[in-house]
Amino acid sequence: MTLNEICHWIDQTALSQWIQIAGWVVPTVQTIHILAIAVVASSALMIDLRLIGVFWANRPIEAVKARFLPLIWWPLLVLLGTGIIMITAEPARSLKNPAFQLKMLLLIAALIVTGLFQFLHRRNTAFGDVTGPRAAAVTLAIVSILLWSSIIFAGRWIAYFA
Amino acid sequence: MEIERALEWLQSTPIAIMVAENDILFPWIESVHVLAIVLVVGTISIVDLRLLGVASLDISARRLMRDIIPYTWGAFAVAAITGSLMFSSDATHYAHNRLFQAKLVMLVLAGLNMAIFHFFGERDIERWEAPGATTSVAAKAAATISLLAWITVVSLGRGTGFTMH
Repeated sequence: MTLNEICHWIDQTALSQWIQIAGWVVPTVQTIHILAIAVVASSALMIDLRLIGVFWANRPIEAVKARFLPLIWWPLLVLLGTGIIMITAEPARSLKNPAFQLKMLLLIAALIVTGLFQFLHRRNTAFGDVTGPRAAAVTLAIVSILLWSSIIFAGRWIAYFA
Repeated sequence: MEIERALEWLQSTPIAIMVAENDILFPWIESVHVLAIVLVVGTISIVDLRLLGVASLDISARRLMRDIIPYTWGAFAVAAITGSLMFSSDATHYAHNRLFQAKLVMLVLAGLNMAIFHFFGERDIERWEAPGATTSVAAKAAATISLLAWITVVSLGRGTGFTMH
């Protein structure tokens, strides 16, 4: 099955047809999508700023991680669900869109970086602390900020490549 | 009307014309606007959830507000600037868009809520700011209004985008 055929097939499903007719579904789902991104991006930023050392520098990284890391992973389910609804509504506009494809690649990279932080911190709880490997932690944090910002940008650009 | 003339003047300024006519500028400004809004809503929620007594209970409410709210203001400033640029590019139409008008009303409401909490709700902050202490009814009310206001602002902003063609 080619990408065109997949898009055509999704487009013909009853669900897709219904979403296309009900005009309120897409804006509502997009709003929920943005609110979930607000939680994920802000949580990632808090951890990243802590790793860089400009935020909550006197609190243990463990505490910042415990507070915000679950708020990166769990809302992803909401983002996945709302994302699938948006794809179902307009399959060709998303799946064949270079901005969407780039966004998915950036998302995979961001998740790898987040997982890497989790792994490195579990292996060495001094990771990111003044006593631990500073350069690696700061680099990881900056890459994470750039990736999450780029994901938001790519998401907005889907509308302009459609 | 005076307002109409002001809007037309705004729309004819060089910056407004540049935003309106340049193909790439608008999406870039819009992307920065979304990034800023996302950080406004995300960071203010951290404060609101603390005031509600739901999360970050291990840290004092006063300290949390002092640490987080500067980021909220920074992001809000960026959102306001990028929002104004987009508004100027098509001022007469935005000004007549019902959803956009409602969004501005909600922003004023969110601001008033914050000011009222700051001047009155924080008066007895010593009594409820400590880690583990139950926050005041006023703090919980302000936090609830704040969360609802910002969710509504995002909804109306997205709705404005869908009704501006």
